[in-house]
Amino acid sequence: MACSATAKIIHNPLLLSSSRSAEKSDSCCKMLGPSSFLGSTSMSKKLVSVNKGASRVSRRSANVVAVSSDVVKEKKLKSSSAASSLLITKEEGLVLYEDMVLGRAFEDMCAQMYYRGKMFGFVHLYNGQEAVSTGFIKLLKKEDCVVSTYRDHVHALSKGVPAREVMSELFGKTTGCCRGQGGSMHMFSKEHNLLGGFAFIGEGIPVATGAAFTSKYKREVLKEDCDEVTLAFFGDGTCNNGQFFECLNMAALWKLPIVFVVENNLWAIGMSHLRATSDPQIWKKGPAFGMPGVHVDGMDVLKVREVANEAIARARRGEGPTLVECETYRFRGHSLADPDELRDPAEKAHYATRDPITALKKYILENNLASEAELKAIEKKIDEVVEDAVEFADESPVPARSQLLENVFADPRGFGIGPDGKYRCEDPKFTEGTAQV
Amino acid sequence: MGFVVVLLKREEKRMFGFIRQRAACRGNHASSLERGIRATALRTFSSSGKEMTVRDALNSALDEEMSADPKVFLMGEEVGEYQGAYKISRGLLKKYGPERVRDTPITEAGFTGIGVGAAYYGLKPVIEFMTFNFSMQAIDHIINSAAKSNYMSAGQISVPIVFRGPNGAAAGVGAQHSQCFAAWYGSCPGLKVLVPYSSEDARGLLKAAIRDPDPVVFLENELLYGESFPVSAEALDSSFCLPIGKAKIEREGNDVTITAFSKMVGYALKAAEILAKEGISAEVINLRSIRPLDTSTINASVRKTNRLVTVEEGVPQHGVGAEICATVVEESFYYLDAPIERIAGADVPMPYAANLERIAVPQVDDIVRAAKRICYRSH
Repeated sequence: MACSATAKIIHNPLLLSSSRSAEKSDSCCKMLGPSSFLGSTSMSKKLVSVNKGASRVSRRSANVVAVSSDVVKEKKLKSSSAASSLLITKEEGLVLYEDMVLGRAFEDMCAQMYYRGKMFGFVHLYNGQEAVSTGFIKLLKKEDCVVSTYRDHVHALSKGVPAREVMSELFGKTTGCCRGQGGSMHMFSKEHNLLGGFAFIGEGIPVATGAAFTSKYKREVLKEDCDEVTLAFFGDGTCNNGQFFECLNMAALWKLPIVFVVENNLWAIGMSHLRATSDPQIWKKGPAFGMPGVHVDGMDVLKVREVANEAIARARRGEGPTLVECETYRFRGHSLADPDELRDPAEKAHYATRDPITALKKYILENNLASEAELKAIEKKIDEVVEDAVEFADESPVPARSQLLENVFADPRGFGIGPDGKYRCEDPKFTEGTAQV
Repeated sequence: MGFVVVLLKREEKRMFGFIRQRAACRGNHASSLERGIRATALRTFSSSGKEMTVRDALNSALDEEMSADPKVFLMGEEVGEYQGAYKISRGLLKKYGPERVRDTPITEAGFTGIGVGAAYYGLKPVIEFMTFNFSMQAIDHIINSAAKSNYMSAGQISVPIVFRGPNGAAAGVGAQHSQCFAAWYGSCPGLKVLVPYSSEDARGLLKAAIRDPDPVVFLENELLYGESFPVSAEALDSSFCLPIGKAKIEREGNDVTITAFSKMVGYALKAAEILAKEGISAEVINLRSIRPLDTSTINASVRKTNRLVTVEEGVPQHGVGAEICATVVEESFYYLDAPIERIAGADVPMPYAANLERIAVPQVDDIVRAAKRICYRSH
């Protein structure tokens, strides 16, 4: 999958083979002909053994780079700790670090709260995938949109929703970002342009495509100065869903300013991506629809950020969508109710060594961007933020009874006319929550 | 369906050729319906003297709303270059351009979701389904991402979207193209469901729907598209809007209340004519809105007449009539002089054969017989 211009090496932790590192492929990802992508012969063997996790333990670290088609130009990375050119400034590094630590600390606290009974229902945690959220969302403006799935706490935090509001929402309190009416899986914020939080996989993709459609419409029909971009986050399982393909088609057809971000953590609940997908290389599905397909190591925030930069810039310029497959991993089960028995401990151990936060910390320290003390200070600050969020949520009131009937419609006359001939919403009992509806 | 041929233009005749053939064998029923329409037209003759087909009413409503607000756009299959599968969007592509009248690939789930996303982010989409049967491929978006969003986001994200298209049985199109979705969508909190009958309904309700900040499911009827109704000068005004959630009393009466919506209103009016000759004065209510249901008007009418017949095209179980019966029993039980009669479609998928199709859907005689039964004047 290398470009013809520069030799790129793919390191796919699924398919470990050191012999592949020297190969170069001629055909570009974008072309429709079969590309002699790296390691095709050895892959089939690896696919079989991958489930047993045998080959995953030994890991090549030096050659991890992002791969892309020639449409997306990117810098060549020599290694993850490139000494020649620093990828980030100190401020950026600290912002990224803080965001990832916030995501991790928040999710860990969610787990604690859940087991203490303060949180309930379905809670899906994002541990291990922080690099994707931070790498992408920290490049956005406030007006850009993010659409996510049920694993959306960290997307909300990265986009700027205060931790207090997210925690309150999870506790079901009225001070939550959706006043307790949405819950873990339905985080919405108009102010921060977080358009949900969807429980159905694949449901967010058309909605994100619609938001991108609106950006383009505003620019071309309403003649507003609008270059807002939308990011759609979804998982590997979603890439087998019909809506995904429908939207790839329409986004490429109408050149919508959207980036499709696949968080490939290799597992649906207990269904391995390889067992569910005929061709597990998701990035290849992009070129089939006429957009670049990029594969990136999702455990490295700097690489994700670089690819994200280019994809978002592409969308802003009006060149259309990009499909970015981030190979990542979730350290916990699918949800807090999932005992997580099907995944191989060796695989989990392997990815634990590639923790994105540790990797960034190492990068920052090795390149003298900040001192250990500064990073510790950030961690302490985040701990306080999270604890404050929990306290705030604890002390917040539960929704009042009258809130049950609120916000069903933007125009509450939608509840119709009551038996007395007046609109139901005008009945004082309605607002008190004691009316029969 | 002789009258449809008269009113269609040449290109439509070609397209609807098969419908004509199908309908030609419905001789008796069609001509009586035609007579019924003419009778209705004469009775509700208004000062403007103008008649308009439902198709033109919808077209003009879309046109006016699109010109008033640049955020309104139409999206669906064949709405642009084909001028609309049923020619509802005729002329709009030329007037507003391909950005605002979007032809889509055949991807209901995809483009409905795109419409919902656009509505989230500030536009006012009108999504056309070629028939509402196809909306089942997109029903996840209609319910889960449109209807529920204002609630889930606690009012932050409202969804000013309209889903419109023909609903219910057409002529000889088979089981998968003939389902009535009024009851299905009527069960969803967060949705508004409108069912226009006449041209005035079509104009007023579509305009209200497009202006409404909530998701609206707008169930039209294919067989009504070609029918002409008189329209008042008021209805032709570009700011004309009907309130959502109010039913209309199409014909006043004292002996029995007949509720109906969409095409069945025409049948109910015809039945009322026949009943009038037999001395039964029927009050016909055109529901106009399934959700919210105007139970206040229905109950007021039942309290006056003391008898109720509900008419709908869908199946009886869990249908609109079932809901009306329940509310009337709850609120006006002591006013009822007879059990409520529910006239609904047969509890089967729609058959293809013309004679079977005719008996699978309520006809005027069924309504007449039901009304006579509860007036204790049957046999």
